[in-house]
Amino acid sequence: MTDTIISNIESYIAAQILKQPNRRIASDESLISSGLIDSFSLMDLALFVEDTFGVRIEDTELNANTFDTLTQLASLVESRRK
Amino acid sequence: MTTFPDRLKTLHASRRTPDRAAVYLQFSGIEDLPITYDQLLRGANAYASTLVREGIKPGEVVILILQHGEDLVYAFWGAILHGAIPSIMPFLTEKLSPERYRADLSALVSVTKPAAIITYPEFAGEVRAALQDGDSVGSVIVTDQIEQQTNLDFNALAGFSRNAEDIVLLQHSSGTTGLQKGVALSHQAVFNQLNAYGQSLSLDENDVIVSWLPLYHDMGLIAGFIMPVLSGVPLVLMSPFDWVRAPYRLMQSVSKYHGTLMWLPNFAYNFSAQKIRDRHIEGVDLSSLRAIINCSEPVRWESHLAFYERFKSYGLKLESLQTSYAMAENVFSVTQSPLGSVPVADEIDREAFMVERVVKSPFDGRPSMRMMSSGRPLANVKVKIVNEQGQGLPERAIGEIALQSDCMLNGYYNRPDLSEKAFLDGWYLTGDYGYISNGEVFVSGRKKDMIIVGGKNVYPQDLEMLTYEVPGVHAGRSVAFGMFDETQGTEEVVILAEVDSEDADEQQKVADAIRLHVTKNSAIALRYVKVVGPKWILKTSSGKTARSANKEKFLKELEVSK
Repeated sequence: MTDTIISNIESYIAAQILKQPNRRIASDESLISSGLIDSFSLMDLALFVEDTFGVRIEDTELNANTFDTLTQLASLVESRRK
Repeated sequence: MTTFPDRLKTLHASRRTPDRAAVYLQFSGIEDLPITYDQLLRGANAYASTLVREGIKPGEVVILILQHGEDLVYAFWGAILHGAIPSIMPFLTEKLSPERYRADLSALVSVTKPAAIITYPEFAGEVRAALQDGDSVGSVIVTDQIEQQTNLDFNALAGFSRNAEDIVLLQHSSGTTGLQKGVALSHQAVFNQLNAYGQSLSLDENDVIVSWLPLYHDMGLIAGFIMPVLSGVPLVLMSPFDWVRAPYRLMQSVSKYHGTLMWLPNFAYNFSAQKIRDRHIEGVDLSSLRAIINCSEPVRWESHLAFYERFKSYGLKLESLQTSYAMAENVFSVTQSPLGSVPVADEIDREAFMVERVVKSPFDGRPSMRMMSSGRPLANVKVKIVNEQGQGLPERAIGEIALQSDCMLNGYYNRPDLSEKAFLDGWYLTGDYGYISNGEVFVSGRKKDMIIVGGKNVYPQDLEMLTYEVPGVHAGRSVAFGMFDETQGTEEVVILAEVDSEDADEQQKVADAIRLHVTKNSAIALRYVKVVGPKWILKTSSGKTARSANKEKFLKELEVSK
């Protein structure tokens, strides 16, 4: 399950945010603190996650403390889906 | 002839027991903080006393490195009350490398020669690390060492001895290039702008300005800070960092405070239209808005339309969507579309515009494009269009926009060389291309090599210099340019870099390194990087990279690959 979530989000980030569909992102690669995803794209990512997985992410959670890697984001999604 | 301190004193006297505040500061997750004129002057007075204690003289520059909040407001007006010249510098963000920030600050210090820097205690170490022995900065003032229990005595404040022609503030744009060009404005220039612009807007005390714009850019500093405070118009101010995570808060604030005016860069229309959820704006009423003014990047009809469609059911009026053309060198606004009706749009022949750079009406069903007017020159501004030789051009001919006004900059601070180059026969050359039709100014492009991303000005040469720092990229083998993104309603930066290798994996690694390095060391978050093999990048005979030629080549390849 987690793997599906991760690969789904990974493809979104590669194609839509980084504009490099073939780019692979390691599940423990830092996304926000590394500057890979900026604040504008972060909002897009949150909306994508909300729409795709039917969970809510509040704006106060859009920072590296809440999630900074694909693994952390996927576990956030899983915990909200229960 | 009046000065900022004089005006503050008058406002203070007439608003001793105000039922509404001068500024409402908004924060994420806590109550709004109203600041009355009395509080503002007392808070500012404490900073003015601190500047006296630190031996800062009137006329000296004070750099403010503070985030959204009370300290920034008080420190700015405190410097004014003391007669010092404040300049607000962006705070270090999460993505920016501290080393780059230090280098930028050092560059700023070496040109601007500030006498003091005001910041937070926890950031003072960072600031000191950027300073050198023997430089101009006599003191780093921290916010927890501000004088307490000071008496507000107007006679004791040095700011009241300033003249209207004296420099009142400096405004910088970002990057290595921008930081070396501090726009110096006088009290008189700012008041001339506020009078003329206030007239264009029919600004009065029933207005309420709502803003999320940062105070280190002209739009935020003038329209979203100085104009309301000096005009007695309440300002509702939130942090740009809160807005970008929760753009719906701007709508909630308009509704809560019955906001009448706000300024937004073009991308913010798209951003708001696309990213605000219904659940966040339930019951919001936007009908109080008289004008939402699109300014600081090219204005797009499509962006206005998307914004209107998204928010019309919340009371937004189509005729509230307005445009302005502005620049720090003219304090702020140059033109403003007349309020109360939709800005004029000009349907022009697309091909004639793109290829011949001329404006023609479309005929025989040829493809057209819609140019949106930026409005009419303010009453105190004269605009003309000139050719390369500086000669005036007729109506609907595209050339460089030149202007004359009584609110121009005094000069670029400590840079007489740049100040002199900016003017031709008494006309300020804006570096923007455009045309005039029936008294309306249409901005069509830029002469200067500058990219505007989400309202931020970035210089391609700065980005190219950063790219050369990445291992594998040789000096002179990179170009940076802007590419318009329809969805985002703003330009996206593209960086092309040439490496010796044709290997795709190797190129990918360099692309990642460039993205990271440029993001950490500039004002933008770089997404679009293309690493190419030897001999891809086109050079001009002088050896300098030709940005537009390479952009064309890149766009052609992109078209083919689609």
